[in-house]
Amino acid sequence: MVAHADTRVVHRGGSKINFRAPVITQDSRFLICVSGECIKVFSTSTEECIHHLQGHKELVTGLVLNPSNHLQVFSCSEDGTIRLWDFTDGPFATFGLVSLNLPPSVEQHVMVKGHTIVFQSVSTDPKCIAFGQGVRMHALTHSLTHSLTHSHTVFGWCTMFALGTSGEMAARNAFTCVACHPKDDCIATGHGDGKIRLWRNFNQEKEYTFSTVHWHHSGVNALCFTPEGTNLLSGGLESVLVQWRYGQEGQKDFLPRLGSSIKEIVVSPDGSLFCTSHTDNKITVIKNCTKVSAVIQGLVHGDGVKTALMVDPRTKALVLNGKPGHLQFYSLQRDQQLYNLDIVQQEYINQSNLDQFEVVKAALDSRGSWLATVEQRSAKEVEISLKLWAFDEHTQSFVLNTTISAPHDGPISEICFSPSSQNSTTLVSVSLDGHFKAWQLTQPDPSDDEEASWSCDFVGDYHSLEPKCCCFSADGSLLAVSFKEVVTVWSPASWDLLTTLSQPPGAIQDLCFGRLSCSKYLLGATDKNLCCWNLLTCSLEWSTALDVSLLLADPLSENVAAFCGAEKTTDLFVFRPSEPRPHFSQQALCTGRVTRAVFAPRDEPLDGCEESSQWLNRSQLYFLTHNMELLTFLTKPEEERLMALSKQVAPTIDDSVAMTPFYLLLGKHRKRQEEERDILSSQSGVRNLLPQGSVAIKEVGDHGDDVHSILLSEQPTEVEMESEKEEEDSEEEGASVPPRPEHESSDTGAKLGPVLTKAEHRELRGVKKLDYSWIRGLVTSNPVVNTTKQMVKTPKQRVKTPKPMAKTPKPMVKTPKPMVKTTKPMVETTNP
Amino acid sequence: MGEFKVHRVRFFDYMPSAISAMAFNVHTERLAVARADGTVEIYNFADNCFQEKVIPGKDGRTVEALCWAGQRLFSTGLNGEIVEYDLENLRSKYTVEAYGGPVWTISSNSQGTQLAVGCEDGTVKIFELVEDSIQFQSNFDRLKSRVLSLSWHPSGTQIAAGTMDMIRVFNVTTGETCTALLQMMVDRAAGANKKKEVAVWSVVFLSDNTVISGDSAGKVQVWDSQMGTLIRTHLVTKWDVMALAVSRDESSLLAGTSEGSVVQFQFISARLDQPDKEWQRTRTLRSHSHDVRALVHTDTAAVSGGNDAHLVVRPFMEKVVKGSKESAPCKITFPHRSLVSCGKKAGILLFQFPERLEVWRLGESNENGIPGEELSVTKKPEALIHLKRKGDDHICCSTLSPCGGWLAYASASSVRLFQLQYDNDSIALTKVKLPKVLRWANQLCFSADSSRLFASFSQSSVLVFALSKSEAKYVHTLKPKSVSKQAVHLMSTSDDGQWLATANSDCEVHVYNLKKLKYHCTVPVYGSCPSAMAIHPTGSNVVMVHADQKIFEYSLEQKEYTEWSRSLAKKGLHGSWLNRVAPVTHVSFSASNPDYIILHDMNMFCIIDKSLPLPEKDSDLCNQNQLRSMNEAARVKDSHAFKICEMFKNLLCVGLMEDHSLVVVERPLLDIATRLPAPVRQKKFAT
Repeated sequence: MVAHADTRVVHRGGSKINFRAPVITQDSRFLICVSGECIKVFSTSTEECIHHLQGHKELVTGLVLNPSNHLQVFSCSEDGTIRLWDFTDGPFATFGLVSLNLPPSVEQHVMVKGHTIVFQSVSTDPKCIAFGQGVRMHALTHSLTHSLTHSHTVFGWCTMFALGTSGEMAARNAFTCVACHPKDDCIATGHGDGKIRLWRNFNQEKEYTFSTVHWHHSGVNALCFTPEGTNLLSGGLESVLVQWRYGQEGQKDFLPRLGSSIKEIVVSPDGSLFCTSHTDNKITVIKNCTKVSAVIQGLVHGDGVKTALMVDPRTKALVLNGKPGHLQFYSLQRDQQLYNLDIVQQEYINQSNLDQFEVVKAALDSRGSWLATVEQRSAKEVEISLKLWAFDEHTQSFVLNTTISAPHDGPISEICFSPSSQNSTTLVSVSLDGHFKAWQLTQPDPSDDEEASWSCDFVGDYHSLEPKCCCFSADGSLLAVSFKEVVTVWSPASWDLLTTLSQPPGAIQDLCFGRLSCSKYLLGATDKNLCCWNLLTCSLEWSTALDVSLLLADPLSENVAAFCGAEKTTDLFVFRPSEPRPHFSQQALCTGRVTRAVFAPRDEPLDGCEESSQWLNRSQLYFLTHNMELLTFLTKPEEERLMALSKQVAPTIDDSVAMTPFYLLLGKHRKRQEEERDILSSQSGVRNLLPQGSVAIKEVGDHGDDVHSILLSEQPTEVEMESEKEEEDSEEEGASVPPRPEHESSDTGAKLGPVLTKAEHRELRGVKKLDYSWIRGLVTSNPVVNTTKQMVKTPKQRVKTPKPMAKTPKPMVKTPKPMVKTTKPMVETTNP
Repeated sequence: MGEFKVHRVRFFDYMPSAISAMAFNVHTERLAVARADGTVEIYNFADNCFQEKVIPGKDGRTVEALCWAGQRLFSTGLNGEIVEYDLENLRSKYTVEAYGGPVWTISSNSQGTQLAVGCEDGTVKIFELVEDSIQFQSNFDRLKSRVLSLSWHPSGTQIAAGTMDMIRVFNVTTGETCTALLQMMVDRAAGANKKKEVAVWSVVFLSDNTVISGDSAGKVQVWDSQMGTLIRTHLVTKWDVMALAVSRDESSLLAGTSEGSVVQFQFISARLDQPDKEWQRTRTLRSHSHDVRALVHTDTAAVSGGNDAHLVVRPFMEKVVKGSKESAPCKITFPHRSLVSCGKKAGILLFQFPERLEVWRLGESNENGIPGEELSVTKKPEALIHLKRKGDDHICCSTLSPCGGWLAYASASSVRLFQLQYDNDSIALTKVKLPKVLRWANQLCFSADSSRLFASFSQSSVLVFALSKSEAKYVHTLKPKSVSKQAVHLMSTSDDGQWLATANSDCEVHVYNLKKLKYHCTVPVYGSCPSAMAIHPTGSNVVMVHADQKIFEYSLEQKEYTEWSRSLAKKGLHGSWLNRVAPVTHVSFSASNPDYIILHDMNMFCIIDKSLPLPEKDSDLCNQNQLRSMNEAARVKDSHAFKICEMFKNLLCVGLMEDHSLVVVERPLLDIATRLPAPVRQKKFAT
């Protein structure tokens, strides 16, 4: 096995932005949050991601503003470093972790204080630690689950608050979160039974007292005091933000319907913005306590992704389960959710022990014009319905075309579209009831007003075995369906069984056709072996002992990725079916089995020359770990390019911020001031190095920013309109990568592909003919194989074709222009 | 433990009366509790909250407010009278008409020299305490409406009075409102109740000139009495705040609401290093289902009582040592004395109600079953007599002779004796005249052979009457050799007719020799009041159980504690026995086994087998269920003297009948709760 130092597994795109509480900057303009290995800076008004602060090598586990310079932010990471960032520029300083008691596994919350205290038996969740009141610092730690420790660092004593730990009550009243009042000696704690306790009067004697308020019906997840301490905010599963008046807890205000369970609450330093982060990887910005002003939605990490990962050919977005009953379309390039498609179209009730419809399978056809979804509810008996959605060019979203209730008698194990490019697309669904069915779009009579709808075309089975998976060859001329140990190959054109392949022992778990030059190969994975059949000879080409959890073919190259689940970790092998030796392998990729992965085609192929990373040139491999983290591979040149990009982008933004007329004025003023100061200092002979962020400069800078933001908001829209052309120009000049058509950039390998497949196709046809007669004999001799057309004529299930308009969330393809561009023309108009 | 045939009696529909007022005397640690029927009970908080005295009520007398002035106890009610109680003879001493219509409230100054009462007509009247009486002193400026609450400033110079919609502060010496500023108008409730005027149910005047009020709009408000300004409003409930109580150091305040919750406020500073404090709402105690009408803040506990008739003592955990007896919350529902007497030989029960007596005959069953089995009743229990009392005064004590042939009851104004004759199904009740000597009695008791009646009278004396056919003759007055003037609350005779023991609330137990009609001896006085006692039928030993759960056995012949009692005292009682909250209310003996002492409290009954070793400190006290599952040898090894049965709950009486069957009188608390009026409506989540 070769070690690949130049390829790293990274969190990139779709990472959790709700992993830690976000930070709102002093001026409330920016929201900084962790996102995998980088830190993102969002604008609180436009929801736009302004900066990626990259530098950490591992997961970022904490963020805090630098109290001495509010334009800087500290971050800590599992790589064992704490970094200080100038979040308007980039990295400022890095220092290694000094302390001995911080193993990288323990999640740390950054503390910028001159004290060093080691707490023991503290929960690793940063929600359970809170600090209060500057010098008279209270460090509050939640030890065990039923007590709260309050330590007074100035006087150096601790108070332990404990609640009853026995009986039925104790099971529910465990501490879940803690917050300190910014001015008073008051600590608020949230509890598992939904109560909030306010602890007061904690001096050294045991005379502490608490009051209890109760609104939440399940555990309190987050607590936060407003900066002046007049209000207490709390949130939990109910997805309602509750605002309690401090001192008059009987009075409370609610902000309901925030979408999903609240995980963290953050208030901006001036108290004007609240910010809630939710369990569905969403950050909501709330203005003036009452209005949701912005929603930053990341990739929704549900309890489990039931559908396969897919890439929408139109938007290049990743498609997977989102909110309950929804499919989300997530743009990996922009790291932004495009839209949610409501599949189930039923109200989701947030209650445990309630079986509700879930989207379990989804498939997109090769052009992205059809989407098939399977939703399932397993209350007492399995309820399934298959829905087919057509892409509507007009509304730019999917519209429900056909609903088929109970398409199969058992759960559907896989669905796939045939990749044929003709107008007639075929959908194959494979079910545990022993059948696989082919569905086709039938054009109705022109006399009827009805639109085209889907109906069953063929029902097939094989010796009444349970089918597991199905796969179309790249050109759509072959369909492979696995029945236990047997792989059957069918012709979708005539629905004839062409051949059967089998390599006992072990049932087939996954099937995959080779692509391009390797399309004569069919790969099958049992739970012990990986087999490769040559379809030309109908014989086993090679096999190797591997516990493959997922087989995946890159649609743009011959490469096939196999994730092999060991006991705890997963290994990855990338190989071509033609050569059994893998040309990339990585062991211990991540913990747990990988069952979902996708090759996302790149907009522009990389020209990496390293042999081991060449397989990443055309597509990027994304995979989901068992704890729902989306990981991908990053090659070294790519990483360098990205770093360079971020370094390039940063100054341009800085410039653009500077280039407002007002700023120019101020800037000139400042420059002059600085010059004067320089002159003065040089004159006096003593060179005073101004400290970073000296008060005078900071103030000027601040004013500049503030004024700038005001100006921005007041800019008339006409300016934008007329400057669009110039913008485009500037875009070309800019460092951002313009999306280029794929065909131009595809290299010779891609051109070779179709030729080869055609040749092979011909060969295959020959095989087919040969096989055909053979199957004939088989059919006549063996009546069990039902491949007769009669079956097809009498589909068992009713096929309904309602045409309810699916919710038409406009795909956010057109995004608001980032600030960089809008400000550019201003420069030119003002510059004489 | 032995097996008994148990009569499980649930037909005694005893209803405790709602608590309407409370007053706590800090110096003597006595709590006076007034109930809606006019009964006043005195609890001794220094002695495990033992119900020391009960002053029976009277028809037409309701108690709206109670107050201590020194050692003297006063009450007022809607009949417009001020009553002082005679705490020695357990009756009202005198009544004074206030001439202001119904009196809502009474309060004494901290020096105990003056009383202020608030009347329906809007006047506040000051009475001066003189020896054995009170004297009207002055009338304050009349207010527009009834005066519902009063509170003296600790200095005794000012009084805050809560009326409808406002609070006024009076200067005591002039009797005038100090300044015009001192009318504090209380806001009315918002919304639909805007038109309804607000009743200020309770005010508290603190030494820093802060007035705190609780009103019918559910607010607790903090006022500055010098400026007449509102400092802070806490909205506590949607209903009424009925009562307020402040701790002695004025750092904690309790507010009782109609929802049955008690809310605590504490006077704490927002930051530890800053001196300025404010009243912060802290805990909420929920111990009642109905209105909390009366509240007392002792140094260590919150004591609350209300319409659900429970007296609840909830200790503050930060003020008591954890695990000590003081830290156990305590709920007193039943009186600490027996309301049931058994006619042992006849199988007859006498139930005492304030206004009537009921005599029941127990049911019968011929079957024999295995332990735990329910036997079918061949003859149902039947009510023989409903006897209504005469006069306005409530019945304070009653007794039934062991043979069931005699019945006597006493009230504050009369004692009546009846003879019962049973002719198969019919029953005849004849009144027997008692000599004029006996005008009232605290306790009544028949001798075991039903030939004599003993009645305790003033100053712990006992009158002895000889009973013959339709006649009662005065025989003798037994007087103790002590100076105690306290009333007798327990009286017991021996089965052989030789001894009579009395116990009074000064904790004295006097024993008389009935053969000689002479004072015999006094058991050495123990610091806790005896809650139950009995004389052994053969051994001439008196067994006493005290309010602190200690058990003593005293030999009357040797005039010393018995060997068993000494060993018990030496070894010490088991910790979980001592930590029980409810006092033992009844002691009796088994006729078959002289070593058995049968006693019970509200939650369990217990047989003490003197022949077995005493329980070890670390062993389990209630081990009857475990013993049952052990084999013979282990059972003998593990068994100890205290055999506790917790099968029966809410016990009012456990008695052993002559035929060796056990009578267990239960009164389930649920039955009491269902007979209470519906509580105020409260929104409950998910209902």
